[in-house]
Amino acid sequence: MHLSEGILSGPILLAGGVFAVMGTAIGLRKIDQERIMTTALLSAAFFVASLVHVPIGPGSVHLLLNGLMALLLGWGCFPAILVALSLQAIFFQFGGFTVLGVNVVIIAGSALVGSFFFRPWLGDPKKRAVAGFLAGFLSVACAALFMALALVTTDQNFLVTARLVFLAHLPVMVVEGMITMFVVSFLARVQPEILGLDQHKRVGEG
Amino acid sequence: MNLECFSSGSSLMHRADVRCKIISAFFFSLVVALCHTLFAPVFALLIASVLLFLAHLPYMKVLKRLLMVNVFSLLFWLTLPFTVPGPLFMELGPLVISRPGLALAALITLKTNAIVLVVLALIATSGVAKIGHGLAALKLPSRFCMLLLFTYRYIFVLHQEYQRLRRAALLRGFRPATTMHTYQTYGNLLGMTLVKSWQRGVRVQQAMLLRGFQGRFYVLEGRRLAASDLALVALVFLSACGVVFMERLSSGGGWS
Repeated sequence: MHLSEGILSGPILLAGGVFAVMGTAIGLRKIDQERIMTTALLSAAFFVASLVHVPIGPGSVHLLLNGLMALLLGWGCFPAILVALSLQAIFFQFGGFTVLGVNVVIIAGSALVGSFFFRPWLGDPKKRAVAGFLAGFLSVACAALFMALALVTTDQNFLVTARLVFLAHLPVMVVEGMITMFVVSFLARVQPEILGLDQHKRVGEG
Repeated sequence: MNLECFSSGSSLMHRADVRCKIISAFFFSLVVALCHTLFAPVFALLIASVLLFLAHLPYMKVLKRLLMVNVFSLLFWLTLPFTVPGPLFMELGPLVISRPGLALAALITLKTNAIVLVVLALIATSGVAKIGHGLAALKLPSRFCMLLLFTYRYIFVLHQEYQRLRRAALLRGFRPATTMHTYQTYGNLLGMTLVKSWQRGVRVQQAMLLRGFQGRFYVLEGRRLAASDLALVALVFLSACGVVFMERLSSGGGWS
């Protein structure tokens, strides 16, 4: 889920760049020296996950898992997603310098929205699965919405395209929700420290 | 998994200093991204093709990459000509194709491809290790550069680990389909990959602390800029100015 180069207008690109720098600065400050390696490893894992194709109906979608990333890394998901997107730009030329900021805000910003609402539910075993699903679902839904907004604010003529982009992501939202739900319950059973569950309610920390 | 299929080579572009390449590519992309007329991106595409030619990249691979990137452009070709209001270009039964719609789709495609070509010529010709060092030399936050380099370092390890888990699942008769079971299996596979990566991160962190890691990453490469590096930057800057000039020249009559 990226916008490619050459689509958006100057003001949108600038706004995306500014917000991405701010988010990344906050995230980098929250990753202390002790957590830099685990953050790097998790962002590598997410890069790998983005290469995974999951079947849905006759086709397949590749995973985004931004909601999960925010659940695990908090604000740290901003630098982690910036790194992953930079690598994708270097490796595959998807996205690039000028849209990098907008793409980071689309993916990381929406992920923080999802985890802001449902992160606190993770501690409760009864709500955990629901929280995982909703965090994954909402993060992709917001990302699609942000993406559509970026298109429409660039040019009113993109309205139909933006609608298509949003609709195309509807099945992705459901798949992401389910995968996030299963990963969260797996992590809670196998290594609860990753979710920060061994210590009480560390909400939204990086 | 070969992710850096363009990074090895001995062409002019491969040998140029990475800092100069990053700055040039950034400036050029920015100028092209802000174009509104059709004429300027055509000129930019020409310059980008020259740069790409200087990089001596395998043509088939470049074409394949361009096709992949242009999937997104296709979306615009399928919507904009039919939805943007304006003078008629032609009528296909019930479908009406508008002139400004076509122009807008063409503009986006030209800009996308010009930028992708420049990135291919200037950025993809350096490995991530070099780019990371270049970014550090350009004074980006060292923690960010560290994160980039370590992430790059472990992508390949984790990909292998994931593939191993997936192969084990396939051997046990796992067949991906649109079922809850499939999603649960993928969830478990990814969860296990995350657990392993987390544990590896903790181990690496401890090993680094034992070796006296203090949060700083030392970059040994202190290459001095050659005249050819500066010439490259000058060339790209001048071409970018040319694009701006074209944009100014044709902004009166062009699409806006």
